[in-house]
Amino acid sequence: MNSIKFLYAAYIATWLIHSLYVGTLVRRYSRLRQQKKELERGQSR
Amino acid sequence: MKRVFPILSVLTALLLAYAFYEAMWVAPMERTMGDVQRIFYYHVPSAWTAFLLFFVNLVASVIYLIRGSGKADAVAVVSAEVGVVFCSVVLVTGPIWARPVWGIWWTWDVRLTTTLVLWLIYVSYLVLRRFSDSSQTPKLAAVLAIFGALDVPLVYFSIWFFRTQHPQPVIGGGGSIDPRMLHVLLINWLAFSCFAFLLCWSRYRLELLRREVEETEALESLLDPAGPAAASSAVKVPFSWGSK
Repeated sequence: MNSIKFLYAAYIATWLIHSLYVGTLVRRYSRLRQQKKELERGQSR
Repeated sequence: MKRVFPILSVLTALLLAYAFYEAMWVAPMERTMGDVQRIFYYHVPSAWTAFLLFFVNLVASVIYLIRGSGKADAVAVVSAEVGVVFCSVVLVTGPIWARPVWGIWWTWDVRLTTTLVLWLIYVSYLVLRRFSDSSQTPKLAAVLAIFGALDVPLVYFSIWFFRTQHPQPVIGGGGSIDPRMLHVLLINWLAFSCFAFLLCWSRYRLELLRREVEETEALESLLDPAGPAAASSAVKVPFSWGSK
């Protein structure tokens, strides 16, 4: 049974899902930081 | 606290690398399935981690319903979201394992179907948190979380109560496992649990920041001379506690 490719596929898929999630966290965090900075700038004016 | 996170991240990365090495090269090869059985070391720990996170979601939701604590509500959102990520890993690695072993990607077997339903319930929970702006959203979500959690024991015990294609549980069930395989399985579970903890930590910080920004925006709108209409719509925001 040539099963090694399925093993690699499963491991790659696992880390792909986790990487995508970490990517969305980073994106959301930087967007909120930006929003916070803009609000602080608006308050100081 | 700022130093703890990077240290824990490095330790978790090392543990994950060690767990990967153990799964690929140290664990003995299973006699009938061959190398593909090694998917087990990612599939099962991901399922256990998802169950643990859904349990955390249940406890936090109950605390929110009893005490109305905003922190408990934030923990509930965070655990549900990270739990869905781990449950997605289970639903993706399962069919990849099933194809070479059973000859099919998917079957409407009780274990597989209840796991899919569990995933759908928590995705609905997140959709509700994301798109509803009502002040009642956290309460509705907490009740949905309690119903969702009822599916967890159903998923776990389904292979005890029904004859299914899915293998018997290796711990506390009808199956058995080589002690070396059990050792590798537990190392992988520890590694994935640490990783899940870090994800929850990051997501919790993000949630606090999101709430802070929403509250500041609402206060800004109240002070805005644009008029009471703008202010009254903004007042609702701090109490929405959604996960946008």
